[in-house]
Amino acid sequence: MAKKITDRVTWVGKIDWELKSFHGDELSTDRGSSYNSYLIRDEKVALIDTVWLPYDREFVARLKEEINLNQIDYIIMNHNEVDHSGALVELMREIPGTPIYCTAKGEAIIRGHYHQDWNFVRVKTGDTLPLGETTLTFIEAPMLHWPDTMFTYMSGDNILFSNDGFGQHYATESLYNDRVCMAEVMQEALKYYVNILNPFSPMVMRKVKEVVAMNLPLNLICPSHGVIWRETPTQIIEKYLQWADAYQEDQVTIVYDTMWQSTRKMAQAIGEGIQKASPSTTVKLMNAAVDDKNDILTEMFRAKIVLMGSPTINNGYSYAIAGLLEMARGLKFKKKRAAAFGSYGWSGEATKMITEHLQQAGFEIVNEGIRQSWVPDTDMLQACRQWGAELV
Amino acid sequence: MKKYKCDICGYVYDPAVGDPDSGIAAGTAFEDIPNDWVCPLCGVEKSDFSPVDE
Ligand SMILES: Cc1cc2nc3c(=O)[nH]c(=O)nc-3n(C[C@H](O)[C@H](O)[C@H](O)COP(=O)(O)O)c2cc1C
Ligand SMILES: [Fe+2]
Ligand SMILES: [Fe+2]
Ligand SMILES: [Zn+2]
Repeated sequence: MAKKITDRVTWVGKIDWELKSFHGDELSTDRGSSYNSYLIRDEKVALIDTVWLPYDREFVARLKEEINLNQIDYIIMNHNEVDHSGALVELMREIPGTPIYCTAKGEAIIRGHYHQDWNFVRVKTGDTLPLGETTLTFIEAPMLHWPDTMFTYMSGDNILFSNDGFGQHYATESLYNDRVCMAEVMQEALKYYVNILNPFSPMVMRKVKEVVAMNLPLNLICPSHGVIWRETPTQIIEKYLQWADAYQEDQVTIVYDTMWQSTRKMAQAIGEGIQKASPSTTVKLMNAAVDDKNDILTEMFRAKIVLMGSPTINNGYSYAIAGLLEMARGLKFKKKRAAAFGSYGWSGEATKMITEHLQQAGFEIVNEGIRQSWVPDTDMLQACRQWGAELV
Repeated sequence: MKKYKCDICGYVYDPAVGDPDSGIAAGTAFEDIPNDWVCPLCGVEKSDFSPVDE
C-alpha cells in the first residue's frame, strides 16, 4: 500500500517482513527489510528506484493503482543492485521509452544485468532535473557501496534520497524513525554499516562531509531500506561520521570456537582477567559457530581489541573461525588490536595461523597469542586470566 | 614510473598500459593524469590511489 510522505512524494516500495537473509546468505536480516521506492508528482513525475526482483509484478500492479504509468516522465536509479533495479524489466515492459537517469557506471550495471537497450541518461554530480516547483540534483557517491551509487536531492521538499546509505534492514509499516523503537533501528543501522559499508569508510567519510558542506536544507533522509529519518535526520549523518572514523568503544570482543569446551574455558578465563583488570571495559564473548556471523562482525567493529580462539583441528582452525577471518578481511576494520588463543592436542597450529590471518586482515597484533594443551587446569586458567589482564 | 593501486577496489594503474578507455595514453605517469580522472573500475578519485611498493 502506498504511503504519502509529503504533498508531492509518495512511498511506493515493498515491505519484506519475511526476509531473513540478504546477499544470498552473506547477511542475516533478522528484522526483515524493505525496498523503498518513491514517486514524486510535481509538474513532472519521477520515480526513484524500484524493488527486488521477486516483487516486480506486485510493485508494478500497485504503482498502477497510484498513477497511470504513462504519466511517469523520469525514472531515477540511484543504485542498480537487484534489490532496487529488480522491477525495471517489468516496469519498462509497460513504459519502454521512459528515460532512466543514472550514473555512467549505473548504465553499465543495468546493461550488465538486464541486457536491454533502454533510454539511458547519464548524470554526474551537480546535474539537475527540474520537475516544476522542485528540482532534483544528483550527487555521485561511488563505492557507497557500488561503483554506480549516487544520491538524489530534492529541493523544495528538502529530501535526500540516499539509497543504501543510511539504510537499515528493518521491516516496519510505520515508515519513520520517530514511530519505531530507536534501539532496534540504530542496531540495524549499525549492522548495515559494518557489514555493507565499512570497507568503504574513507569514501563514506569524504562523501558525507561533502554533503554536509553543501548546507542543503534537510527535512528527510529517505534511504532505500528501512525507516525514513524524519526526526533529527542529521543524527544518522553524525553516526556515519563516527563509524567511518575508525570507530571503537571501550570493548573487547572474544570470538571463539570449541569442540570439547577447552577453548571456551580459555575464552571465559581471558574475559574474567580483562574484566578484573579493567572493570569499565565491556567484555563480550561470542561463539563463532553458534552466534550470528554478522552480529559477531558488528561486535568486532565496536571493539578496540578482538581476540579469536580456535582449537587446532586437522592442523588448522575451525570452519566458523575461517569464515569470520575472511569476512573480517573484507570489511577492512581500522585501528583494532588483536590476538589469538586456543586449546590443542599434539601439533597446535591454530593460534599461529589465526594470528597470521588477523595480521593480513589489517589488525595490529599485540602478542603471539596463548595456546594450551588439552583441558586447562587451574594454573592454566590463571595464565589465561593473566594474559587477558595484560591486554588492557 | 610507479604503479598506483586503488585503495577502494584494488585496481592497479600501470603507466606502461595507461587507461586508454578514459583517454590516458600508455606511458603516462600517474602524476601526469588529469585530476578529474577516476578509477576505471569503481569510479573513486585519483586521491584514493596509493603508490605500489615493488
Ligand atoms: C556486498 C557485495 C560486494 C561486492 N564486491 C565486489 C567486488 O569487490 N568486486 C567485484 O568484482 N564484484 C563485487 N560484487 C559484485 C558481484 O560479484 C556481482 O554482483 C556478481 O554478479 C554476483 O554474482 P551472484 O549472482 O552469483 O551472486 C559485490 C557484490 C556485493 C553484493
Ligand atoms: Fe546495494
Ligand atoms: Fe540495497
Ligand atoms: Zn577503484
